[in-house]
Amino acid sequence: MPKVKIVDYGMGNILSVQRSFEHCGAEVDVVSEAKSILNADYLVLPGVGAFGNAMNELEKLDLIYPIQQFCKKGNPFLGICLGMQMMMDGSEEFGYSKGLGLIPGSVVQIENTTIDNESQKVPHVGWNEILVPHGKDSLLWNNSILNGIEENETMYFVHSYTAKPQEQFRLADSYYGGRRIAAVIKKDHLYGCQFHPEKSGTSGLKIIRNFIEL
Amino acid sequence: MKNTRVIARMDIKGPNLVKGIQFEGLRKIGNPNEFSKKYYEQGIDEIIYIDIVASLYERNNLSDIVSKTTEDIFIPITVGGGIRSIEDVTKLLRCGADKVAINTAALKRPELITEISNRFGSQCMVLSIQAKKIAANKWEAYYDCGREKTGIDVVQWARKGYELGAGEILLTSVDKEGTQAGFDCELIKAVSTIVPIPVIASGGMGDTSDFIEVVKKGKADAVAVGSVLHYDKLGITEIKANAIKEGITIRG
Repeated sequence: MPKVKIVDYGMGNILSVQRSFEHCGAEVDVVSEAKSILNADYLVLPGVGAFGNAMNELEKLDLIYPIQQFCKKGNPFLGICLGMQMMMDGSEEFGYSKGLGLIPGSVVQIENTTIDNESQKVPHVGWNEILVPHGKDSLLWNNSILNGIEENETMYFVHSYTAKPQEQFRLADSYYGGRRIAAVIKKDHLYGCQFHPEKSGTSGLKIIRNFIEL
Repeated sequence: MKNTRVIARMDIKGPNLVKGIQFEGLRKIGNPNEFSKKYYEQGIDEIIYIDIVASLYERNNLSDIVSKTTEDIFIPITVGGGIRSIEDVTKLLRCGADKVAINTAALKRPELITEISNRFGSQCMVLSIQAKKIAANKWEAYYDCGREKTGIDVVQWARKGYELGAGEILLTSVDKEGTQAGFDCELIKAVSTIVPIPVIASGGMGDTSDFIEVVKKGKADAVAVGSVLHYDKLGITEIKANAIKEGITIRG
């Protein structure tokens, strides 16, 4: 049984994430100590709320360095929603906050107008299709957490900010108001999902199953 | 692409799923967990639980129902009714809720919206508004199942709620609630075109044509459906298929 550790720093929907991983056959441990993070097999960083607050909480618990060290080990890591955004270098949410710096790029606010200059609602809430990034090969998804996911399958998003990773780290995109949203990012064994796989029905559970089979 | 959400609205009293008409004459429908499981399997996009009498009795009984729901249902869950403090919110989120819907407590102390939004993020803070029409294009905010008036204008309250940090608005027409006579599209439109956050239309769904109208004319971002689902008058697949046929983008 794959052993998954979920980082609890007081700002995640921990129970839902835990239950979805258990449902997929993982043994889950909810952790908030440096030592248990470093020796994890699979590490998951959930998160809802504001970027700066979340980084502050991680810092208070002395978890930033252990997470960064874990990610150098070669074991699978998954950041969810704000957890994915924190994988970037930093965010412009409420001023500038430094991130975990696991994947190069920044986090910016979703624009309140569409590409055609019509007003649009922010946060981006709801189910949205995920696609292979334009110009990339769909084989990209094989042997990743998106293995077996069809293009245009929908996932549940809820966010006001969006990650802007360097192009090579984009594994799946979505579109909101005609603009690209980084939906899944990947660097080696490090993954981030902007949407909530634990809240995306059977499609989301498939992603979780893929992750614990990495 | 933006997909309009179809949300099952489940009014709860004690351990039961109930349904009234204009919040009156609540009828017992059944076990809420069995209903939400059925809706999940049929492809509902979200679930909203409202403890319909909680504010009257100053309590909230939903923790058990929510906790049971999130064992095997993996879509967003919103919980409302009688939530008054950060502690109440924390407890419900720990049971697996994703968002909380606040009506009475926000009217009594609007700062609560900001407190919840700052602590848990605006995506978690759904402002629930019970609107009663008082004149042409004018609605007043109510609480306690549409029984207590506030003198507050709904459109202004919605805007203030957004400014205080609400991430979504659950907008229920007290006049239409439970009637299956169609939504108050003017109400939904008046709010949805003013606030830059998503608006969930609630109250009045009787047929798939009502759904289409409240999305197209009312500019609803999401639609809450109650009676027609609970009484098995319409299926989720049917609602979605008809909406797609009319050019509304929706998760199939």
